[in-house]
Amino acid sequence: MRPFDYDRPRHVDAALAAMRGSPGAMYLGGGTNLVDLMRLGVLTPDRLVDVRGLPLDRIEETGDGGLLIGAAVRGTDLAAHEAVRRRYPVLAQATLSAGSGQLRNMATVAGNLLQRTRCPYFADVTRPCNKREPGSGCPAREGAHRDLAIVGYSAACVATHPSDLAVALAVLDAVVRVEGEAGPRRVPLSGLYRPPGDDPRRDTVLEHADLITGIEVPPAGTSRSRYRKVTDRGSFAFAVVSVAVALDLDGGLVRDCRIAFGGIAPMPWRATRAEEALRGAEAVELNFARAARAEPAGARPLRDNGFKVPLARNLLTRTLTELAAEGS
Amino acid sequence: MTDELSPERVRTETVRLVVNGEAHHLRVDTRATLLDTLRERLGLTGAKKGCDHGECGTCTVLVNGRRVYACLTLTVTLDDAEVTTVEGLAAGDGPHPLQRAFVERDAVACGYCVPGQLCAAVAVLAEARAGVPSAVTADLAARPVLGLDEIRERMSGNLCRCGCYDRMAAAIAEAAR
Repeated sequence: MRPFDYDRPRHVDAALAAMRGSPGAMYLGGGTNLVDLMRLGVLTPDRLVDVRGLPLDRIEETGDGGLLIGAAVRGTDLAAHEAVRRRYPVLAQATLSAGSGQLRNMATVAGNLLQRTRCPYFADVTRPCNKREPGSGCPAREGAHRDLAIVGYSAACVATHPSDLAVALAVLDAVVRVEGEAGPRRVPLSGLYRPPGDDPRRDTVLEHADLITGIEVPPAGTSRSRYRKVTDRGSFAFAVVSVAVALDLDGGLVRDCRIAFGGIAPMPWRATRAEEALRGAEAVELNFARAARAEPAGARPLRDNGFKVPLARNLLTRTLTELAAEGS
Repeated sequence: MTDELSPERVRTETVRLVVNGEAHHLRVDTRATLLDTLRERLGLTGAKKGCDHGECGTCTVLVNGRRVYACLTLTVTLDDAEVTTVEGLAAGDGPHPLQRAFVERDAVACGYCVPGQLCAAVAVLAEARAGVPSAVTADLAARPVLGLDEIRERMSGNLCRCGCYDRMAAAIAEAAR
């Protein structure tokens, strides 16, 4: 690991200044991904600016039924928070499904959103990787890509984003608060991640010194929400495919429905066709299955991950059916 | 100080670290992990280096009462932190109830994973008492109840290649009563 300077600022202004003055610096949250990547030589910051001394570790009620989650809130604390468990089950479930108890204690919510792909070639500096070095090539396309994308990828990069939290926040229409060069701004989660395009180096639209300070979660509208994750092991595994669903029922009809897939793209993938098909429809399995067949829209699986298409459809159908039956 | 692998100078910081109740004032390389500091600077070899990636759990210790992976924790971030390792679990006049339960229920085979398992289990009991749910908690709004399924899920961050999972879960369930 390359030697690095360490700062632990107490104020956001100081954190921004430390980053601005140091092109080789990176923010440090829980370190559960960053420290590993540094040890592997994938990331080589010469300065770490620790965000855990900043006053960003609270979850606040916004007064209209929504929540403001501080960027440095740990996974465990998010999942254990009473309002999250009662009003946003999809958020609690997504957080609890990620990693292990130890990792949930260490990891910050912003760090979770900014974690890097687990594509094996990205983590292996002895192999080419367009995300590390554009133009060097993508060994995954003809190599090991069973866990990688079926949609939203580019010729240069087929990596997926591994965050469960991002998928849950996507169906909740969350907004990320960012402090940067030009002051504070708000970035909808749906606009946080970049398509890989020809230069997949950056996963997000954030610039070098940009600091996520919090995540706004609007009022739930419905507490009928769920996160389901298909994994190769019973626990402590990344999603093969996952789905987050929020369902607003009026009698036996779907008043509103929001759906996002994880594990299939470089960002959470909203299933807008299924959402449209279901609005106003009877909340029965037949309709859920029919809507699921339109998804994932535009999927172009690679040689070895075509199974993710029926898996995603079945997962969506089953999750909607279970969710509709909840509480009855 | 030099680092033979890098032409850049090593950076160090001082930290005050309280380990098993004893305060240490250390100047550490900013790259040093808590795991290496515990094992090599402080001679506390209970925590193990199994994978050094945050995937096996053998390095699990408690920092300010919370279970973490020491292999991914930079010592420099722990100024004024309180660390508890397996060496600090016993009360002085006998083993910790979990240690006793592990031995009595034959949950220790080669023993390599056990320090991490014990530290994780201590925290699992505390987390459940504090009302932290898990991925298998059916009713998120209710207080979790620690049955075997809950224990297994909560302990999923600690691997055991000898396969003592069932006996460890039984030992933890007994200690939970």
